[in-house]
Amino acid sequence: MGGEIQPLHGNHACALAAVAAGCRFFAGYPITPSSEVAERMSRELPAVGGVFIQMEDEIASMAAVVGASLGGVKAMTATSGPGFSLKQENIGLASMMEAPCVIIDVMRGGPSTGMPTRPAQGDIMQARWGTHGDHPAVVITPASVKEIYEETIRAFNLAEALRVPVVILYDQVIAHLLESFIIPDISEFEIVEREYAAPDDEDFLPFAPDARGVPPMVRPGDGRRIHTTGLTHAETGFPTQDPETVDRVARRLLSKIDKNRDLIDKFESLETDDAELLIVAFGISARAARRAQRILGDDGVKVGLFRPITMWPFPEDQLRAAAAGAKAVLVPEMNAGQLVREVERVLGRDIEIVSLTKIDGEPIEPPAIVARAREMLAS
Amino acid sequence: MNEMSPASFEIRDYIRLDLMPHFMCPGCGHGIAMRALLWAVHEHGIDKNDLAIVSGIGCSGRVGGYIDANTFHVTHGRPLAFATGLKLARPDLTVVVITGDGDCLAIGGNHLIHACRRNLDITCLMLNNEVYGMTGGQVSPTTSETRLTTTTPAGNVEPVFDACKLAEAAGASFIGREVTLQAPALKNLISKAIDHKGFSFVEVISDCTEIYGRKNDLGESPEMILSQKADMRPEAFGNVADQPFRPNKLSTGVLAENNRPEYGDVYRGQPAFRSAGEAK
Repeated sequence: MGGEIQPLHGNHACALAAVAAGCRFFAGYPITPSSEVAERMSRELPAVGGVFIQMEDEIASMAAVVGASLGGVKAMTATSGPGFSLKQENIGLASMMEAPCVIIDVMRGGPSTGMPTRPAQGDIMQARWGTHGDHPAVVITPASVKEIYEETIRAFNLAEALRVPVVILYDQVIAHLLESFIIPDISEFEIVEREYAAPDDEDFLPFAPDARGVPPMVRPGDGRRIHTTGLTHAETGFPTQDPETVDRVARRLLSKIDKNRDLIDKFESLETDDAELLIVAFGISARAARRAQRILGDDGVKVGLFRPITMWPFPEDQLRAAAAGAKAVLVPEMNAGQLVREVERVLGRDIEIVSLTKIDGEPIEPPAIVARAREMLAS
Repeated sequence: MNEMSPASFEIRDYIRLDLMPHFMCPGCGHGIAMRALLWAVHEHGIDKNDLAIVSGIGCSGRVGGYIDANTFHVTHGRPLAFATGLKLARPDLTVVVITGDGDCLAIGGNHLIHACRRNLDITCLMLNNEVYGMTGGQVSPTTSETRLTTTTPAGNVEPVFDACKLAEAAGASFIGREVTLQAPALKNLISKAIDHKGFSFVEVISDCTEIYGRKNDLGESPEMILSQKADMRPEAFGNVADQPFRPNKLSTGVLAENNRPEYGDVYRGQPAFRSAGEAK
């Protein structure tokens, strides 16, 4: 289907990209505003020999995804805030078992049932810290239907390359946008396939890492009968409480992020070179910020825009570089101030940082950003 | 390759000897259940490379790790959900779930009823020892009424689940129950469960001597196993015949069996799926 211009719904773009990336298993549970991902997958997967299943709950769908992944199949699920909370248990399992998988979280108003049909951006901290304990987190925040397509493919590549669960976060507005774009031919993308352990290695240890910190995988049936557990385990795969081993293995899991920033990091930095004001925003808020940037630019105000595409690990160095010449930073976001905390952590107290938050179920609109920016510049 | 005659069964061929000694308590019935399972696997001639064991959390969950197969030790209550993904992704594997009464009926109860309903080809062994042993002996959904546990200091006041009736009501296509006293009978039951194409639920009445038996003066392991055979459950609440979830006489053997369509076959039999297969 490459090459055609067509209007595509954000959640459908996600499903099509997943299939293009080689996803052959989807387990999910109905939840607004992500259900179109599941619905599309239920139609697409049988046609390519894959399996779609609607499980009995959110927890089961995440557990089934981990099971399918360790069976040797690229696997995905999709949900929204309340379901994402329930999935955290088995996202932790995927981290510990090093099961590659992709989790879509279409953000809606919260907490709790909140506003199922209204957008929000309140899950960025849950996506980072939702499951207990220290765990590696890769979280991607696309801002358009086209970017959902591209980043879903990248999410599968990262999941398979690093053996980590990868979360894609986008809000209800982007999920339900219809935007026209040319679906690229899949040959334009690099598709990462998982690496399997060599069959003839006598000294094989199932969880001994390669240079990138990632152990090659074992496919059940290939003759290596390994043990995979959610318990803290040694390189053998078996549980251990030996402090030295526990420390080594736990830090190795986290090192998969640090060692692979070249693969993971992605951001957009627009007109930041000589900007006096820097706006930091992601998702739909970044699109409003882009419009605000143009309105202010027409008035001769130099405004830069920094947009994390990979939200976690947070692009610290890139943000510092983008903010280097700015006098002040404005952070518009559709929550009560989650991203701004991270911006403050990275940039410190030497620069004025202003938070613009909106938690009323409506997107932030460009005039609100323009008005706040003008207030900042006037003071 | 081992010779596959029943007489040639040697459990050492099927366990991870380097992990011995195991950490189950003296008198625990779970080892008998594991032996019966591996004996059945042997009789079927199932290649260990094609055997996947999925277990949850608790004493039952730790049984899987000793088996020399593809073993997955997952989150509490979720082995059936995990196994559903694994079996759908890999229909070529023989998938056996080892779970416990707490894992399967409390925290994992929803997954059990839907696994029964769905009828995917998984064999589920629920090792019922009436107690949360790993966490120190708390009350479970199968703890007999009046029994003492660390969270029922005055005796359990909750009625028990009859797991087999639950599985039957939820649509499991093979249901059986056995005590650990007669390992060959248990092996034969598990063997039939593995043979069955569809979801098989087997309740193994196991015994927790250390944590549950001692607290309730049920004697040592031999006494506990013998009384299980005779059905030791107290009839503290009088005639309970009209109360289905309060059994006082537990039937054993194959309790129900039917040949309704297996989920994976049905899914892969869809026209869209079939045409995908032809295109390959």
